[in-house]
Amino acid sequence: MHPVLITIIKRLGLGLVTLFVVSAIIFSSVTMLPGDFGEAVLGQAATEETVAAFREELGLDKPAWQRYFSWAGSVLKGDLGTSFSGRSASGVDRSRSVAEMIAPRLKNTLFLAGVTAIIAVPLAILLGLSAALYRNTLYDRTVNVTTLTTISMPEFFVAYVLILLLSSLYKVFPSLATVDPDMLLGERLNRIALPAITLTLVIVAHMMRMTRAAIINLLASPYIEMARLKGASRSEIILKHALPNAWAPIATVVAFNLAYLVVGVVVVEVVFVYPGIGQLMVDSVSSRDIPVVQACALIFAGTYILLNLIADVIGIATNPRLLHPR
Amino acid sequence: MSASDDVLLEMRDVHIEGFSDEQWHPIIKGVDLVLKRGQIMGLIGESGAGKSTLGLAAMGFARAGCRFTQGSVTFDGTNLLSLKDSQKRKLWGTRIAYVAQSAAAAFNPAHRLIDQTIESANRAQVRPESESRQDAVDLFQSLNLPDAGNIGSRYPHQVSGGQLQRVMTAMAISARPDLIIFDEPTTALDVTTQVEVLAAMRDMVEKHNTAAIYITHDLAVVAQMADVIKVLRYGEEVEEAETRTMLNSPKQAYTRSLWSVRSLEKPQEKGDDIVLSMQGIHAGYGKVRVLHGIDINLPRGKTVAVVGESGSGKSTAARVITGLLPPSEGAVHFNGHPLPAALKDRSTEQLRQIQMIYQMADTAMNPRQTVEEIIGRPLEFYHQLTGREKEARIAQLLEMIELDETFLDRLPSELSGGQKQRICIARALAANPDVIICDEVTSALDQIVQEGILKLLLRLQKEFNISYLFITHDIATVKAISDEIVVMYNGKVVEQGLKNDILQPPHPEYTELLLSSVPEMDPDWLTQLLASRT
Amino acid sequence: MTDSNQTPSGYSASAEVGAVRKRRSKAERWWLALKKAPLSAWFGMIVIGGYLIVALFAPLIAPYGEAQIFPTPYAPWDDTHRFGTDQIGRDIYTRLIYGARNTMGIALVTTFLSFLIGGSLGLVAAINRSWLDQLLSRTTDVFMAIPGLIFALMLLSIFKPSVLSLIFIIAVLDSTRVFRLTRSVAINVAVMDYVEAAKLRGEKLAWVMRREILPNIMPPLVAEFGLRFSFVFLTIAALSFLGVGIQPPTADWGSMVRENASLIQFAQYDLKAGLTPLLPAAAIGLLTVAVNFVVDWFLHKSSGLRDEH
Repeated sequence: MHPVLITIIKRLGLGLVTLFVVSAIIFSSVTMLPGDFGEAVLGQAATEETVAAFREELGLDKPAWQRYFSWAGSVLKGDLGTSFSGRSASGVDRSRSVAEMIAPRLKNTLFLAGVTAIIAVPLAILLGLSAALYRNTLYDRTVNVTTLTTISMPEFFVAYVLILLLSSLYKVFPSLATVDPDMLLGERLNRIALPAITLTLVIVAHMMRMTRAAIINLLASPYIEMARLKGASRSEIILKHALPNAWAPIATVVAFNLAYLVVGVVVVEVVFVYPGIGQLMVDSVSSRDIPVVQACALIFAGTYILLNLIADVIGIATNPRLLHPR
Repeated sequence: MSASDDVLLEMRDVHIEGFSDEQWHPIIKGVDLVLKRGQIMGLIGESGAGKSTLGLAAMGFARAGCRFTQGSVTFDGTNLLSLKDSQKRKLWGTRIAYVAQSAAAAFNPAHRLIDQTIESANRAQVRPESESRQDAVDLFQSLNLPDAGNIGSRYPHQVSGGQLQRVMTAMAISARPDLIIFDEPTTALDVTTQVEVLAAMRDMVEKHNTAAIYITHDLAVVAQMADVIKVLRYGEEVEEAETRTMLNSPKQAYTRSLWSVRSLEKPQEKGDDIVLSMQGIHAGYGKVRVLHGIDINLPRGKTVAVVGESGSGKSTAARVITGLLPPSEGAVHFNGHPLPAALKDRSTEQLRQIQMIYQMADTAMNPRQTVEEIIGRPLEFYHQLTGREKEARIAQLLEMIELDETFLDRLPSELSGGQKQRICIARALAANPDVIICDEVTSALDQIVQEGILKLLLRLQKEFNISYLFITHDIATVKAISDEIVVMYNGKVVEQGLKNDILQPPHPEYTELLLSSVPEMDPDWLTQLLASRT
Repeated sequence: MTDSNQTPSGYSASAEVGAVRKRRSKAERWWLALKKAPLSAWFGMIVIGGYLIVALFAPLIAPYGEAQIFPTPYAPWDDTHRFGTDQIGRDIYTRLIYGARNTMGIALVTTFLSFLIGGSLGLVAAINRSWLDQLLSRTTDVFMAIPGLIFALMLLSIFKPSVLSLIFIIAVLDSTRVFRLTRSVAINVAVMDYVEAAKLRGEKLAWVMRREILPNIMPPLVAEFGLRFSFVFLTIAALSFLGVGIQPPTADWGSMVRENASLIQFAQYDLKAGLTPLLPAAAIGLLTVAVNFVVDWFLHKSSGLRDEH
């Protein structure tokens, strides 16, 4: 088999193993819960029977590995368990299925992240490339200080400044990003404008700096000096000599920042009260709704692992040493 | 000399500065250089002489962190320093070409060799692309590259270093430039490979009547290539002369000192008292076997030189002796008793008896420790010296290596290359060892400094009856220091014997190839060698 | 050039000149570097200095007590309350000053703890290079496959949010990155000939670690400390902002933003009120900017790399 394929398959296997271990860690968090947990969820007035029934539902009487496999089995089937909220001391159970709670919110989050990525990725790569090309010029230094400042700011600061300027003082965009499924695309985009701009600003700064560093690192290679001494122009050097070797570092940069986007989305959703999975997770952490927290964590971690996997596969598939073995 | 029609390149009063330690420092301090069409000039000097910088300056190019401050570089009637980058690019690759030191790093890993070879010719549209491709194949052919028709479709990592260096010569010649700058093109190669590459390059420039500037630190190499030689030191010209004149009667003392190491020769002495012996050593890393049953004997107070090319296993042998790499078979005997195979099983006393000096003195000393700490540590560790006693012994050691107490509080970064190596020698001496393993200790140093170090080692040997196991690939160094020679090839000992016996013909086949490939200070050496080999 | 008396025999080792660096004491070198420091680095150092003074002398500078409650909630900016009061009537200016102490202190302790764990394990892994290295490295890989903030949120849902659990959780999660960096820079040093020379001399592992390796990996670790501090600081601020970090009544910038966020809607009537929630957020941002500026300069200086022009 071709060495590229072998390497990619190995990498995919490693990704699966990681996902397995991560899911086990997320699952095992339940076992670390304190003993009086049933009372905490059901309230002080819960009877012994309701608590016992609840414990049985969680399967706390079975060994951990058995519970893990039954949990993992249901997760694979799309069943993420039942929420802790909506239960009461009297034993009346109005709890909802976690999958049902997450599905619409996951769509919203993916929409917001997707819109941001579509704007941010090309913008950041272009800015990064140009800063690398015109490095140590006034342009580069300005961009450097600006982006360094931006990445140092907490997301919520950027968000509130935007709200202050574009919503409170000048009513350009709504400050609350409430959306519902029946909304038209245009209206939807208008509603998420501020969160999307916030995320874009933060991501672009990060991604641009990393792209610049990756390209400059590449431009220091002896073969780039050789290309110059062979008479290649600036654009030829970038497009013909640097870029074919730059896919791997650029893919890594993009994946890293999209993964960062996943995290940034949590805070931004809370600021703009956007009905996404990040806000759901924060609410569930406050109310200690463990099944929902677990499901959200699993989704975030899975996305993260997948993104890094894709970046590595791109890096492998564009590596001339692997593509053209001896 | 005034500019006449046959002058191709004229550099006048060139000054170049480099930025380091937060300041601009002069690198080239007003050098003149005149090159006629078809002429080959050798540019030689030690590290830091500015020869690479001057070579690139001939293209009107200054590396990152360097700048021209004065002077002119006139190529074929145009001052390159007054041209814009876009105008210089029209000349680069087509009329002036560059051959870099490390071919492996200078080829783009993402493109096929032939595409890189014809890149400049294509850009300038010297001829239709199909013709350039055919021409490249012809060039590969005449450079004796194997499978010339197809080697161009390979990628850089798929061919060897020597082959890459030849492909780079083809790349330089492809657009038929008027001038090629060769920047130490054979330095990274083994001697036996170097000969082939040298011959190929010389052939090429002669055939196409290309002018060239050949930069190297090796006078013997430049003697084979150049019509005239210019010697540089500290960014200034020492002297320039026609090659034969320069070799036979150099005017400046500095030029004479450049090959002084070659005149150093220790009379051989036979020794029967074997202090260290390797017996039937097999060793390797993981599944890779490097040493296949080698025997080496080191007589007391004598020097055994271990010669061989990279990959011959000579450094691995040193690792086995020190205990860093326990052998899979065989044992190392010291004073007739077997040494424990692994480092951790050896006693402090056993460790003290065998010391090591490294090739790169830079990395052999902790950059954050002062000379006093570096030399003082073995004194504390092996001899439990402290306070006054230690200070006195350090002073004594410094005196032995011809340095004084002003060096005590210096950091390695505040020493020159030769001084660093001397401190490493003092550190080894501090243990009072019986055996010192010297791993290419002079090969990173300039000629004149090499001589000083070798003389020092010889003197110390006489004074303290130390035995040296001297690993090197340089035959001149072998002549200068050894009593016996061990020739290694592919993890085996080809032969061991007294120096003169090994150096006198007849030789086994490999020794013959190795010895005959070492360039000699004779302009006709390469021509004669090639004639004798065919 | 008629320098004929310079013969090889007149060669003297101590007079040998090469690429010898000019001798300067440590203080001189620092002073030289400081003089050349860019404006941004100076700005950063002054800001950090200011923050430290405020944090150390908070009780002396603050006009009121940390949790002192006044009768008017959301009081406007005036002479008694420079930046007004919050939703339950605490003086915002006072809480900003105490916040410097609490937020910075917690972040600093967390970063130290993270370096203690990650740094020592990284050093051990770099020298050991056996199953222990494998085990630690694979564990970090897995931990790093879960986004830090998400992991922290999950753990905080299990252990009740408190300053102690916050410090411990963040420190452990962050130590994975310190481990990686320490391990990789230490490996680069551990392969140096001088480390081999020390081993050949028969030195003990602890000595090699402390004397040969540690001094040579300090510059990247110092820079990393700055970066990790900013990161930890921002993470704690984010968690507090989300309501699961530092809990009231402790004054903390992240929670202050959350508590006063609704004021922003009044910006069109009273701009100052609208600015109130931005003050703690800006305080967080300014410090991280300052730290990043200094680190950026330090990295540029210690890497010694110059870009092409």
